[in-house]
Amino acid sequence: MFDYGYFSFASKEELLGKAAEYWNPGKVSFWKDAGTPMVIDRREGYRLYDMSGKCLIDLHLNGGTYNFGHRHPELVEVLKSGLDYFDMGNHWFPSVTRAAFAEKLVRTAPHMKYAIFGAGGAEAVEIAIKTARYATGRRKIISIIKGYHGHSGLSVATGDDRFSKIFLADRPDEFIQVPFNDADALERELKKGDVAAFIIETIPATYGFPMPEEGYLKNCQDLCHRYGARFISDEVQTGLMRTGVMWGWQGYGLRPDIFVCGKGLGGGIYPISACLVTEECGQWQIEDGAAHISTAGGSELGCLVGHHVLEMLQRPEVASNIEFVARFFAQSMAEMMARHTDIFRGVRQRGVVLGLEFDHPEGAVAVSRALYENGIWAIFSSLDKRVLQFKPGVVKDVELCQEIMDRFDAAMPRARQLLDRMRKSF
Amino acid sequence: MASRPLLNIPDRDLSATRMKVVRATWAAKYFRRFDRGAVLRIAEAVAGAGYERAAHYAEWAVRETGYGVVEHKTLKNRFCTHDLLDHYRDLDLITPRVDQERKIIEIPAPAGVVLALAPVTNPVATVYYKTMLAILSRNAIVLSPHPLARECSADAARYLAVAAEAAGAPSGLVQCIEEPSVELVEDIMASDRINVIMATGGNAMVRAAYSSGNPALGVGPGNGVAYVDPSATVDDAARCLVESKSFDNSILCTNESICLTLERNRGNMERALRTAGAHICNAEDTGRLRDRLWTNGRFNPDAIGKSALWIAKEAGVRVNDATKVLVPVVERPGQDDVLFREKLCPVLALTAALDFDQAVTFAAQAAKRGAGHSAAFHGNDQNRLLAFSNAVPVNRVVVNAPCSQGAAGFATYLPPSFMIGTGYAGRSSVGENVGPQHLVHWTRIAFGRDAPADLSALDFNALPRKPVPVAETRVVDTPGPELTRDTLRTMILEELRNLKGGSG
Ligand SMILES: Cc1ncc(COP(=O)(O)O)c(C=O)c1O
Repeated sequence: MFDYGYFSFASKEELLGKAAEYWNPGKVSFWKDAGTPMVIDRREGYRLYDMSGKCLIDLHLNGGTYNFGHRHPELVEVLKSGLDYFDMGNHWFPSVTRAAFAEKLVRTAPHMKYAIFGAGGAEAVEIAIKTARYATGRRKIISIIKGYHGHSGLSVATGDDRFSKIFLADRPDEFIQVPFNDADALERELKKGDVAAFIIETIPATYGFPMPEEGYLKNCQDLCHRYGARFISDEVQTGLMRTGVMWGWQGYGLRPDIFVCGKGLGGGIYPISACLVTEECGQWQIEDGAAHISTAGGSELGCLVGHHVLEMLQRPEVASNIEFVARFFAQSMAEMMARHTDIFRGVRQRGVVLGLEFDHPEGAVAVSRALYENGIWAIFSSLDKRVLQFKPGVVKDVELCQEIMDRFDAAMPRARQLLDRMRKSF
Repeated sequence: MASRPLLNIPDRDLSATRMKVVRATWAAKYFRRFDRGAVLRIAEAVAGAGYERAAHYAEWAVRETGYGVVEHKTLKNRFCTHDLLDHYRDLDLITPRVDQERKIIEIPAPAGVVLALAPVTNPVATVYYKTMLAILSRNAIVLSPHPLARECSADAARYLAVAAEAAGAPSGLVQCIEEPSVELVEDIMASDRINVIMATGGNAMVRAAYSSGNPALGVGPGNGVAYVDPSATVDDAARCLVESKSFDNSILCTNESICLTLERNRGNMERALRTAGAHICNAEDTGRLRDRLWTNGRFNPDAIGKSALWIAKEAGVRVNDATKVLVPVVERPGQDDVLFREKLCPVLALTAALDFDQAVTFAAQAAKRGAGHSAAFHGNDQNRLLAFSNAVPVNRVVVNAPCSQGAAGFATYLPPSFMIGTGYAGRSSVGENVGPQHLVHWTRIAFGRDAPADLSALDFNALPRKPVPVAETRVVDTPGPELTRDTLRTMILEELRNLKGGSG
């Protein structure tokens, strides 16, 4: 019996039934079929507990949302204390939390002028695209093939067909896609002189974290500027110290005109996202400050939590821990790959952002399942299913990291077996 | 503006400290695989750095705490650098040991993360000392300074940490709690990430360490009795006593509290002490000192580590300016006089017994207040020395030397130490001067008595060694075509260098 006081379920089975009936049948059956039928019940630190009681170490972190782990006590304390004083606030008015948080955000990227808030990543991307269009008076947005920026109207149009066509939300005349790591292709589009912005994840997450080639991003940024377009960095998965610096673009020597962040900004306990813009791009806020409005965007509780998230990330001991974690997995994964070369083919890594390549077009689906059976939750990359997203959190300790590798090693024979089976059925 | 914030804020210091402990566990993980050469290089570098700033931190410690003498603190700090290293250089706690005959192999298992409390009395010397011990035993250390010596201790710890890292130590090997408070230290002491606590300090702190649930090495207070036998050369004995009691104004717990001699030797002793620079108090002065130093049976902490002149002035005792030690005289040895208790200041109670037997009985009783600690014997009668040492419940007896320095290993061949194990008598788990060997256990591989065992071809080099040089290292050779361990390592290094780009 799962009695939560407000509602109760007799069993996990009952819950799955209700979820399929009232919520989303497709998602329910998808995970069942994938062999990872998780219903997260308790959660603490970097551990999740399925309704069956099964414990899983979380290496998905929802793309960095749980950078600090689940319900980090310090963040929970901040939110609880905030609830004694604030609520979501009134988005029409200036507020202490929004002003303080905006200032703190802008100080992390001094060439930026304003922080504009949303509640989710897609909303921040929405703001970014609108801002670029305002600043340039142009309409066209370029993104990379297999880029991912969310599912709202403008953001979804930048992404894969799979998510836009179904809702007739693709707009091929306004949203152009070019291959990743191909600056020439970008230049060909920019040359047409009608491009408002190029938007790119600093390391494309949903594409499986392929690494930008040396100089590629800088080149793209310079090309944008040459042809009067704005350069937008999507830092939703690469921001917040996950690549070893606060914002991924800092590590590549970039100065984006606009960048967006979300996910972990709210510490996994209160949704908040932000779009940072330069003074030049942010002029619409002077012309008509209410041109963009969002009731839940920049809620005061989210601002308070986000403010503290940044403060925690700026601590030297956290930065040092990230280095340790990154170093540990660099070394351990290299060793693991040497032990399992037949299936485990490559590691893409920057900081605590890792993509693990397996030797099959859907290899990561099998590996995700094998890991699940061995107590680890890591998700495949939706747009390149060879690659497993492997995303350790910033305050992981040595014991847990070692446990992860031990479980990983134990899962490899099962992964091999599942892969063999997949190969045979092809 | 309100003086108190409108919102509660989480304890920043507590979370920072917990994170430091996590860092320490990382550092310990890597450091335990360092080889002997690498460890000694780091120890050497830390010793050298510590020596260089010994005087600087001695001055700072005296300024910050008001305790002790700069010159002597300098000596103590230095003592914990090269001298300490020289003492332990040949104690190999790193190489596995093989006992062919008994068919036993021993592999060292360092503790992991050491939480080290440093007292207000010897703040920097303790930071130096415990850091050296941690390094020599391949452990990470988190230092917790006394709040009243926080700044000098934390600065010294940071300084040693930089020296260690520059010599190749993993980052986070040496850390210091910057804002220690009792609650915070208690929280950290109970952390399951702490492998052992090295507790020096007040009795309450030591007891708290033992109550934390974690393994602890704690030491109790002292109350040193120095017995001067008629067989001693009184002038030599007096010189030792004055030197010891004036050393850092008696702030070491190894200092003598009582000078005990025999009635027939007392006149000689007084004369010799006076010649050596002590002021022998008459009955009124003795009373004044007693009243100034104790209130309702409690020692007044403001007198700790102060000079004889300062104390004399405070007590209203007139002394000449060259006075180094004050000697109140208690005619008969007994249990009740507070002057027979521990005195961390240059005040030495003088008393005389009727005969040797009475002297031993009294010494044994007085030493109970500092059980397991130290005593001194001056004289050449070895039988009496043995009888004295056998009867007095201490774990070290310093002979014909100043006890402050002698018991801590300066003036004797005892191990150099700022943790004087007081043993079971003194409610401690160690009875000797604490050294790096106390921070390492050994995995013992034992063959059956009758089982055949060939221990000649063991390859300890196959054990994982220093896996990733944790300090930023440049690798010159380029990876070859085949994936050997070395090329793999080189690739990892490449990878590592790319992890953290420069900020734009
Ligand atoms: C890079 C990137 N941008 C944007 C988004 C959209 O964020 P949200 O789901 O909060 O709208 C995501 C979500 O996964 C993302 O990974």
